[in-house]
Amino acid sequence: MVDEELRIGVFVCDCGLNIAGSVDTEEVRRFAEGLPDVVVAVRNRYTCADPGQEEIKKNIEEYKLNRVVVASCTPLLHEKTFRDCISEAGLNPYLLEMANIREQCSWVHLHDREAATQKAKDAVKMAIARARYMSPEEEIKIPVTDKAMVIGGGIAGIQAALDLADAGHQVYLVEKQPSIGGIMAQLDKTFPTMDCSI
Amino acid sequence: MTDVGRHPRIELMTLSEVEEVSGYIGNFKVKVRKKARYVNAKECTACDKCAEVCPVVLPDEFQQGFSSRKAAYIPFPQAVPAAYLIDMEHCLGNNPIACSKCLDACDKQCIDLNMEDEIVELEVGTIIVATGMEIYDPTPLDEYGYTRFENVVTNIEFERLICGSGPTDGNLVRPSDHQTPKRIGFIQCVGSRTDNRGNPYCSNVCCMATVKDSLLIKEHHPDAEVYVFYMDIRAFGKGFEDLFRRSKEEGVHYIRGMPGEITEDPTTKNLRLKVENTTAGRVEEYELDMVVLALGLEPKQDLRHLSSLLNLSHTSDGFVMEAHPKLRPVDAPTPGIFFAGCVEAPKDIKDSVTQAGAAASRSSIILNAGTITGEALKAVIDLDKCTYCGVCAKVCPYGAITVDVKGKTEARVVAAACAGCGTCAAECRFDAITMQHFSDEQIMAQIDAALEEEPEKKIISFLCNWCSYAGGDLAGVSRLQYPANNRFIRTMCSGRVDEKFILHAFEKGAPIVLLSGCHIGDCHYIDANQWTKRRAEKLWSRMEKLGIRPERLQLEWISSAEGARFARIMRNLEEMRQKVTPEEIEHTKKALARYRMSKKSAKEPDEPAEETAAETAQP
Ligand SMILES: Cc1cc2nc3c(=O)[nH]c(=O)nc-3n(C[C@H](O)[C@H](O)[C@H](O)COP(=O)(O)OP(=O)(O)OC[C@H]3O[C@@H](n4cnc5c(N)ncnc54)[C@H](O)[C@@H]3O)c2cc1C
Ligand code: SF4
Repeated sequence: MVDEELRIGVFVCDCGLNIAGSVDTEEVRRFAEGLPDVVVAVRNRYTCADPGQEEIKKNIEEYKLNRVVVASCTPLLHEKTFRDCISEAGLNPYLLEMANIREQCSWVHLHDREAATQKAKDAVKMAIARARYMSPEEEIKIPVTDKAMVIGGGIAGIQAALDLADAGHQVYLVEKQPSIGGIMAQLDKTFPTMDCSI
Repeated sequence: MTDVGRHPRIELMTLSEVEEVSGYIGNFKVKVRKKARYVNAKECTACDKCAEVCPVVLPDEFQQGFSSRKAAYIPFPQAVPAAYLIDMEHCLGNNPIACSKCLDACDKQCIDLNMEDEIVELEVGTIIVATGMEIYDPTPLDEYGYTRFENVVTNIEFERLICGSGPTDGNLVRPSDHQTPKRIGFIQCVGSRTDNRGNPYCSNVCCMATVKDSLLIKEHHPDAEVYVFYMDIRAFGKGFEDLFRRSKEEGVHYIRGMPGEITEDPTTKNLRLKVENTTAGRVEEYELDMVVLALGLEPKQDLRHLSSLLNLSHTSDGFVMEAHPKLRPVDAPTPGIFFAGCVEAPKDIKDSVTQAGAAASRSSIILNAGTITGEALKAVIDLDKCTYCGVCAKVCPYGAITVDVKGKTEARVVAAACAGCGTCAAECRFDAITMQHFSDEQIMAQIDAALEEEPEKKIISFLCNWCSYAGGDLAGVSRLQYPANNRFIRTMCSGRVDEKFILHAFEKGAPIVLLSGCHIGDCHYIDANQWTKRRAEKLWSRMEKLGIRPERLQLEWISSAEGARFARIMRNLEEMRQKVTPEEIEHTKKALARYRMSKKSAKEPDEPAEETAAETAQP
């Protein structure tokens, strides 16, 4: 675990009725509030909308949050949104964790509010547990050598080399045989145009 | 072709082969061997004087052996570079007593028979692989008599025979008597679409190549009879059906049925074949002057070698595997490498050129960017714990880890090449690898949190980010209902799921654990899920030994499109869970606690009693 004191903020989303329709989001929020290291738990109607994001940023500042847990839709949809959001508030984007309480909870347990709420609580608890061990990560910047190699000088390699070179890049075209051309050089006329190959 | 030779930004290296590749996207280092040409290509004016005096006569490969060339030769008149070379394997030698005639004949003195291979090291940001294909060798199909009968030729040989710059100046003659054939048969699908002695796939171009050839014959010899024996004609591309129709209108006979065997009349050298015409519903016999085999296309023989240098994988047909067959068709799974042409699959010129343009453009995006952003999720080695066993380097699908096992140097991760699947962290039995953002602590904490209360009622499912987790999302989007007692843990790849996570879940009282990833062959991390599979197999046998029912660990491949299947699996898991008794769970907890203690008291801390999947399996 990281040395600093943990200050986790939890944001539970109603998603209109998409989540709140089959999960008791207020109970989930209250549950989250009572868990260790959680300093604030907020319920939003639409967390991904601007007001929801503003709320996250405001709380990061106000409560000096160093981890953010969003319980809402799938991270495959909005992980980037919330990562961007917390980094605008000065937090490293990798200090975000999401609990999927929509696609993998409210929508698949439409008729069992109690079990769905229990599942959402567990999902939030698991997210907080993971968040405790998260640390800031950096995406690395890799410099690029502005040269390309094309291996094989048949029609495909020739075309690729010409396109790259015309686009301004230096190209090495590596051909095993004494001449480029490949199979096409051996053809007489070619379909569908029936014209010469070379 | 000539544009390539003239382009100021293209350095053409012929007679050259890649020998070594290291580095990663944006920063590849490639070692290329430039074989000696023995002729200074820049000085050579292609005057042909060397070939005139060269006494060595050899079959001309370009003309498919229908004519000859010398040991001093140019591959074909339009060759690029337009320079001669010496075939050193057959050259008599530069000893003046032996030969060296060409040296005297060359006015420009550009022949150097002592020239040596040159090794150059190049740095490039991206690599496009365009090494093409091989044409199927019909020798094993003895019933067609390709090696026995002179007048059975291949379609690539036919290309030379009908070509204006070919060995016969475009006069179509048959090999046995150099007479113009009047009855010509084409046999389709030779080496293609077969389960034995050939390849199972369709070679894509041979139907249209035959349609083309039939029209070329009719153009030169309108009275020639042309017969095409086929299973079905695949004329699917733009303008193809028109061409096929034209061929039929010109009187080419298309006969649906594959000949069984070809026999030869020893005196006339004519060919006879019998075929069941399935359209007419009768067996027919034909006597032909010449038969052309429409050969299929296969992966290049040395492709495997090149693939191992570039860390590429192959689909079941042996051609290179793309990062995604629909959405990233010209990208290799290894970042910074692209495909163009028949190296990816058999295709015609138009598709090869289209793909080449796409590969060049994909490559340009990277080259133009100047810098690129690499993955933040990376494997990090704990040098104190590393024992140089080399397992991580073996399992890494990207070759991003190097370990000098003999020299006892700790594992090193090339951060820019690491894609973050976490397979190495799962396979390292010394816990010497931390997978950032999906660390052991994080995942263990999730398991603990999920199973803190009423673990006996819950199922723990590990879902890979790209397929299984997305499949779970689709079940939600489709509002498919399933029991609510499953707790999901997302990892980037199923390869990340360490056996200790699974055993920990069981020890904490989980009745059922699901391990789930992309289907084999669809793994987002090349083939990391092969290790998932092996690990599960190992675990099942270990569970059996510990008296735990192996069925309690389920392994399922679920794609992102399989929402319904995801929901069904969830329902099945719940049925299985109900059959796990409290006594069974108690027994498991004790057995695993004992197992863990026995490992602890072993000599090495943290050393499991048995080997991991990677140590015993070959990829
Ligand atoms: C009989 C026949 C008739 C055809 N007729 C037609 C037609 O009429 N119309 C049409 O559209 N298509 C036709 N095709 C298909 C056409 O030939 C292909 O689409 C085209 O040649 C593919 O080009 P390529 O560059 O991918 O591969 P290739 O032509 O195979 O070129 C690959 C090049 O890479 C080089 N190479 C291979 N390995 C290495 C290595 N390790 N290092 C360096 N260099 C290497 C080879 O020497 C070669 O020069 C025909 C094919 C055949 C066999
Ligand atoms: S293109 Fe035609 S001849 Fe070639 S394999 Fe496919 S079906 Fe057979």
